[in-house]
Amino acid sequence: MSQIEEVSLDKFKHLVSERALTGETMLLNMGPQHPSTHGVLRLLLELDGEIIVNCIPDIGYLHTGIEKNMEAKTYQKAEVMTDRLDYMNTMGNNLAYVMAVEKLVDLDVPVRAQALRVILTELQRIASHLVWLGTSGLDLAAMSMFLYCFREREQILDIFELVSGQRMMTTYFRPGGVWRDVPVEFEKAVRDFIKIFPKRVDEYETLLTKNPLFLDRMLSIGRLSKEVALSYGVTGPMLRASGVDWDLRKARPYCGYEQYDFNVPTRTEGDTYARYLVRVQELRESIKIVEQALNKLPLGPVRSSNRKFVTPPRSEIGVSMESLIHHFKLWTEGFPAPKASIYSAVESPRGELGLMLEGDGGPKPYRVHLRTPSFDNLGVLSQIVKGHLVADLVAILSSTDIVLGDIDR
Amino acid sequence: MGVEQKLGNMGVVTTTLESVVNWGRTNAMWPMLFGLACCAIEMMSAQSSSYDMSRFGMELMRASPRQSDLMIVAGRVSKKMGPVLRRLYDQMPEPKWVIAMGDCASCGGVFNNYAIFQGVDEVVPVDVFVAGCPPRPEALIHGVMTIHEKVKGESFKQYAEKYKQTT
Amino acid sequence: MDKKLEPIVKAIQDKFSATFEEFRDEVHLFVKPEQIIDALTLLRDEFNFELLSALTATDYWPQETPRFHVIYQLTSLVKNLSVQIRVPVNGSSPNVPTATRVYSVANWRERELLDMFGIEFDGHPDPRRILSPEDMEGHPLRKDFPLGYEEPQFTFNFDEIDLRKPYAKE
Repeated sequence: MSQIEEVSLDKFKHLVSERALTGETMLLNMGPQHPSTHGVLRLLLELDGEIIVNCIPDIGYLHTGIEKNMEAKTYQKAEVMTDRLDYMNTMGNNLAYVMAVEKLVDLDVPVRAQALRVILTELQRIASHLVWLGTSGLDLAAMSMFLYCFREREQILDIFELVSGQRMMTTYFRPGGVWRDVPVEFEKAVRDFIKIFPKRVDEYETLLTKNPLFLDRMLSIGRLSKEVALSYGVTGPMLRASGVDWDLRKARPYCGYEQYDFNVPTRTEGDTYARYLVRVQELRESIKIVEQALNKLPLGPVRSSNRKFVTPPRSEIGVSMESLIHHFKLWTEGFPAPKASIYSAVESPRGELGLMLEGDGGPKPYRVHLRTPSFDNLGVLSQIVKGHLVADLVAILSSTDIVLGDIDR
Repeated sequence: MGVEQKLGNMGVVTTTLESVVNWGRTNAMWPMLFGLACCAIEMMSAQSSSYDMSRFGMELMRASPRQSDLMIVAGRVSKKMGPVLRRLYDQMPEPKWVIAMGDCASCGGVFNNYAIFQGVDEVVPVDVFVAGCPPRPEALIHGVMTIHEKVKGESFKQYAEKYKQTT
Repeated sequence: MDKKLEPIVKAIQDKFSATFEEFRDEVHLFVKPEQIIDALTLLRDEFNFELLSALTATDYWPQETPRFHVIYQLTSLVKNLSVQIRVPVNGSSPNVPTATRVYSVANWRERELLDMFGIEFDGHPDPRRILSPEDMEGHPLRKDFPLGYEEPQFTFNFDEIDLRKPYAKE
C-alpha cells in the first residue's frame, strides 16, 4: 500500500494565487474524511482568513474501475455495476444502461414495462431528492429534516423491496423489459405513498422555505450564471436553477414520458436557494408523473418476446426445446451486439446521465463510458465558491447534490 | 452519611472490574462518522427514524477519529483511499474496533479489479464482517451487537497482550 | 439522419474534409487532431452546440492502427440536436490540442483521459492525474492494462490464499 504524500506547494503552484507562495494566504485540507463533503471528497482550500481564494477539488478516493470491470462482463451481468455507480439513483442508472443496450441491439420494450420503469424511476428521483434534502438540512444544522426525509424514503425503499427483493441495489430493469411483473400489493403501496407525500412536501416547506435562518444561509450564495453553467457542462436541477429550461424527459422523451403532463421547474437566480426551490418543486412534479403513470398502467407482458435477447419464462422451458436452448445460450454465452457505438442519455436526479456503449460483435461490451452528471457539476464548484466564507462552502456543496460514487466511478 | 441518606438504601452490587469496564465500553461506543459508498446510505438509514440505532447506546457519531471507538468501514475501499483509511485508524485512541460493512469492504464484492482492495482487512484489522450488498440496517445493528458481545468477553489479560503488541 | 443536422454535417465535411458514419440515427464525424479546435469552435459559435456532453476515448489496440479515438459528444440545447466527433489518434504519440478554451468542462474530462488512457492534451492548464493515485503506473482503461482480477477465497482454496493475503497488523 502506498503512503499518503505530504501536500507540497510545488504541485499546486499553477492553481493557487501568488499570495500563497509567500505564505500570505493559508492552504487548508477539507476532507477526504469530513462530515459535510458527502463522501470522500478532498477540497484543498486557499484561504485569506475566512474567505476562500481558491478551491481545488481532489477526487478519486472512490475510484472503482466500473468502466473497466464492465468490459469484462456480458451485457446482462454488467448491469449490476451500474447500480453501484450512483447509489442514490439505482433505478435511474439501470434505466440508462438497459436503454443503451436496447438501442445498441435494437430491442423493443412492452408498454407495461415502460410504464413500470417510469413509475419506479420517478420514485427513485423522489428518494434521491429526499436524501439530498435531509443531508443538506443536516449540513445547515436542521436536524429534523433528516429524520423526516428518511421516514418517507423508507416507504419508497419498501416499494422497491416489494418489486425487486432489494432495498437499494435493485437491478430490476433488464434489457427488453423488467425482471418480472410487480406483485398485486404494488398498486396499493404506491397509492398510499401518493396520498401522503404531497402533504409531507408541504411539511418540509413550512420548515425550510421561509425560515429566516435558512434564507440567511442560502440566499444569493454560490451564484452560477447560465453561460458558465453551460460551458462547464452542468446539467440537471443546477442548470435549471440558472435559467436554462433543459430536461431530457421533455426534450427527448423516452419510455413514454411524452404521455404524461408535468412541468419542468426553472428559476433564474442561479443561487443555492434557487437550486433548493427547483428540487423541491421536482418532488411535486415527480409524484404527479407517478400518479398519472399508475392510473394509465396498461396490462400485458413485461418482457420482450424476442428470444434472441430475452430469456424465456420458466414455464416455457419445461415444454419447449427451443426455449431451453435460448435459456442456456443466453445465460452461458450472452447475446451478441453489433460492432458499433451509441450514446444514450436519461435525466437522472442530478442531470444528464449518458452512456456511451460500444459493441464488438461479441457478448461483452467493448467499451462503456459513463457520462455522469456529478462529475461536471462538481467541476464548476471551484468557480462558484470564490470569495465566499468557508461556512458557505458547505451550503454550496450540499446544493450541488453530488454523489461521490457518481463522480469517481 | 453522604449519598445513602439522601437516596435511601441503594443496595450493593458486587461484580468484577472487567465486567464493569466492558459494560461501560459497550454502552457508549461511539462510531466514527465515516461513509465511503452505498453502505453509508444504509448506515444513515440505520440512524434515522425507522431503525434508530441509538437504542443500543451508539447514537453519537463523531466526525473526528480522535473521539471515536468504532470504525464502520461502509463501502468499497479504493487504492487511493487505503492509506487515508489507515491513517484514520491510527489516529483513533485505544481501545478501538472495526466493522467491515458490506461485501465490498469484506471481500471486494462485485468489484474484483485493479482499483479496489479485496477486503479491508488488508488495510486495517477487522473485528466483525457484515454481509450484504448493502446490508440492511438490521444487519448492521446485528453487527454492532456482535461487537458488543465480543467486547463483553474481553479480559484484562487480553488488553495487556494487545497493548504489548502495539508498543 | 435528422433533417436539421444535414446542413451542419455538410458544413463540417466541406470545411475539414471529414468523413462521417451513421448508426441508429447518430452521426459520427471523423476529423484530424489538428482540426479539432476549429471544428469545436465552429460548432459552438455557428450552430449553437453549447454543451459538451461527454468527452471520452476508446482504445482499439491491437486491431486498428490509429489506436485511440477521442470522442466529443456535443449537444445543442436550442436546436435539440446531438453530434459526435471522433478524432483518431496514433498510439505512439497520443497528442491532441486541448479544448479547454472552447468548453471549460474539457479541463476535468481531459485530465480523466490523461489518467485513464495516457492521451496528452497540448496546452492543458493542469495536466495531473485525476482519479488514480499519483504514484500509479500505467493507464487503466487501455486494453493492454490487466483488469487486476484476484482469485476469490472459497472453502477449497482458503488456506492457500490465506498464506499470501497481506493482512493488516494492529
